[in-house]
Amino acid sequence: MTTSSEQTAKPKSMLARAWDSDVGYSFRHSPVAIISSTVALLLILAAVFAPLLAVMNPFDPASLNLLNGFTPPLSQAEFSPDWFLLGTDDQGRDVYSTILYGMRISLFVGFAAVALGMVIGITLGLISGYFGGWADAIIMRIADVQLTFPSILVAMLIFGVAKGVTPVEYRDQLAIWVLILAIGLSDWVQFARVVRGATLVEKNKEYVQAARLMGRGALPILFRHILPNVMSPVLVIATISLALAIIAEATLSFLGVGAPATQPSLGTLIRIGQGFLFSGEWWILVFPAVTLLALALSVNLLGDWLRDALNPKLR
Amino acid sequence: MLSYIIRRVLQSVLVLLIVGLVAFAMFTFMGDPIDNMLGQERTQEDVDRLRARLGLDQPFVVQYVKFILSALQGNFGVSYEQGRPVAQILAERAPATLELALVSGVFALGAGIVLGVFTAIRRNGFMAQMVMTISLVGVSLPTFLIGILLIYLFSVELDWLPSFGRGEVVDLGGWTTGFLTTSGLRALILPAITLGLYQMTLIMRLVRSQMLEVLRQDYVRFARARGLPERAVLFRHALKNTMVPVITVAGLQLGSIIAFAIITETVFQWPGVGLLFINAIQFVDIPVMAAYLMLISVMFVGINLLVDLLYVAIDPRLRT
Repeated sequence: MTTSSEQTAKPKSMLARAWDSDVGYSFRHSPVAIISSTVALLLILAAVFAPLLAVMNPFDPASLNLLNGFTPPLSQAEFSPDWFLLGTDDQGRDVYSTILYGMRISLFVGFAAVALGMVIGITLGLISGYFGGWADAIIMRIADVQLTFPSILVAMLIFGVAKGVTPVEYRDQLAIWVLILAIGLSDWVQFARVVRGATLVEKNKEYVQAARLMGRGALPILFRHILPNVMSPVLVIATISLALAIIAEATLSFLGVGAPATQPSLGTLIRIGQGFLFSGEWWILVFPAVTLLALALSVNLLGDWLRDALNPKLR
Repeated sequence: MLSYIIRRVLQSVLVLLIVGLVAFAMFTFMGDPIDNMLGQERTQEDVDRLRARLGLDQPFVVQYVKFILSALQGNFGVSYEQGRPVAQILAERAPATLELALVSGVFALGAGIVLGVFTAIRRNGFMAQMVMTISLVGVSLPTFLIGILLIYLFSVELDWLPSFGRGEVVDLGGWTTGFLTTSGLRALILPAITLGLYQMTLIMRLVRSQMLEVLRQDYVRFARARGLPERAVLFRHALKNTMVPVITVAGLQLGSIIAFAIITETVFQWPGVGLLFINAIQFVDIPVMAAYLMLISVMFVGINLLVDLLYVAIDPRLRT
């Protein structure tokens, strides 16, 4: 009675089903995917639980001790019993703690910017692909124009304009949100193009025609029927975009047109650390830089793997 | 063919007009300039007179057209931060950026082609594999980290090359050049490598894949069968046929080089247009930002237009 026992067996959980799927199989057999996802997950968890893992809150002036300044890594401060794993910066801030908090901001900006770009791109892509006509023409023309410029330049321009518009007293507070807006608006084109292409294919399939015959409106068809079927390329682009967004954020912050020194991201930390390179305090620069690289590289490799795993042609 | 060219040119002009609109809109966001120009003790009459003199009482469209017309004549207003005409500042800064872009472009093209050919013919060799792996790491490194790394290695540790600035420059009647002094040339090396590295790997990979493709073709086999020396086969027959896509990509990347010069110029404190732009964003110097925006758009749109038109000229299949 094997068949009946199989039928009565509990339905597998989503996690178990994902583990048994083709993508799960490809994951289990790809050392690159396993290592990079472990690194990425560890870094993300470290950022989320930064307040628990950090030895101090580097932005609370009360916890700083200027006498601890410029302590090298793995050593005790000169004038206090405090010991530092990755050393301290000029103001006695623990580099390990600033990296944890900085990673929080980098990841927050990265995820939020990709989410923004994704929502805009998916919506415009669906509209463009499904309705065609002048809406399609306008959206794709804008996309073409934006693709003419490198996205980092677009992000810089949006940041500059947004900074000009915000009143002086709110600039530092709003900088993070302006950054998200700038990076998000600079990378929606990728999503829109892919979703449009997939929608053009999907909209002529039977299930969409059936839904249309049943009298469903355009919006439910777009978001309930077509969207789930165009999600897998979107997922790949989202992962690669996350790596690009993290680097874009770091670049902008490094250039001084991103996260302010009061809320430093990894890029801001590298910018600050660069000033101490010549006087020999290398650790202020090197550790944030290595963290940024590990983060960007692991997410990037994960995206590469996902693209191959979801591509049925490569199986 | 002609209608395609006309449509394409009109499209480019439209894009530039929209960019101009964005640039112009930035000024209007910034509040009423009259408030800053007139003191506390002003009458409504003064305000109206100044408004009329500056043309601010005219409709938005008229102001916009005036803005575009004066921009066409190279008049971008006065920098808020430096109090000098923006066009003058840009003209001072342009040589630094253009020289840097030129050198890194030549480096990217030269080193990219040489390494691309090398990795293609020694496909399975150890050195070629090394070059490919390093290039992969190089692509994932953000530009500014590459710059810092080079500064650390060659300026701080080895103390061979300067870490910032242009060195000594010679003024050739309004054009300052760093090509004529040793310190100027030495100062160019690190920024040029930083800026050109990404484009170099791009060209290298392109040349490599094109070469691998071309080397399988019959005419290469025939050239070998004719007993031509290997060098002639590789360079005269194979490499020549990989050049069309390479030149296209190189042309399109020219704009990126100028845009990414912003990052390199900041790392190396290179006194070019990109550094000017970053400072303008930090100080919210709207006239400089607007002028840079328009200049770089003209460049990007121009390059794209040129490449599209060249395609039509080169590839007869597109002429329908």
